[in-house]
Amino acid sequence: MSHLTDLPTWAAVIVCGFVLLGAAIALIGSIGLLRLPDFYTRLHAPTLATSGGVILICTASMVCFAVLQNRWVFHEVLIIVFVIMTTPVTLMLLGQAALYRDRVEERRGVPLKQKPLREETPDETKE
Amino acid sequence: MRTWFPYPLLSLGLLIIWMLLNQSVAPGTIVMGTILGVALAWVTLKLTPARSHPRRILRTLAFGASVFLDVIRSNIAVARVILRVGRRAPNSGFLTVDIDIEDENALALLACIMTATPGTAWLEYDRGRKSLLFHVLDMENEEVWIRTVKRYEAGLKEMFG
Repeated sequence: MSHLTDLPTWAAVIVCGFVLLGAAIALIGSIGLLRLPDFYTRLHAPTLATSGGVILICTASMVCFAVLQNRWVFHEVLIIVFVIMTTPVTLMLLGQAALYRDRVEERRGVPLKQKPLREETPDETKE
Repeated sequence: MRTWFPYPLLSLGLLIIWMLLNQSVAPGTIVMGTILGVALAWVTLKLTPARSHPRRILRTLAFGASVFLDVIRSNIAVARVILRVGRRAPNSGFLTVDIDIEDENALALLACIMTATPGTAWLEYDRGRKSLLFHVLDMENEEVWIRTVKRYEAGLKEMFG
């Protein structure tokens, strides 16, 4: 931690701003997870942390270490890319599980499964 | 060329990831990254993923910028909805929209975009009907959401031609 005191003031202000804003967004996402009324709306809350929160905090980290070590630091971009790439997998899994449950239990307000137009064909792999 | 480099873009991407992870552009890193990139492309060949050919790089950049702005805007919008949820329940709901994209990679990218922008959650895509069911947190105006998805669709169609 001691070497963080080498950070010039202007950089410290920028880093602080990004970290606090990112943390605030992640916190709001968590509050949303706690307070939103039903499952589908709760599905939206954590994406605040995985988009805004991750982007801002990783940007802060990039700025901080780029200034401290006096060179370009880019590898945090990988964190952003991988988090954004992998979130849809979990989100779709949860969403589909919830849809399936609600359809089986025949809850109201849940869209019914559409009847397939034709027999499901295995997707043709294009050349 | 194709036999040696079955997926040139993938190999290049892996090389870039390798260089970023190692944080160096030393010759050794580049050699190792190239070997890894080419070898892993051969492994990928065994998985036979759907091929697509992204094009029009400039348009892609413009599209990426507009998506980035949308991410910021929807972050703020969703944060506001959550903060005032005690006073007013969010007017959330399901929407269906027809999506005319064949390319599987483009669909995957669309899913990433819609997840990265808070406020929309991809739920179910029907391959036969080509319709997407998604959930919207704050549905003030259905038209706006459908138009947003249509805009993404148009952008992706341009990219994957």
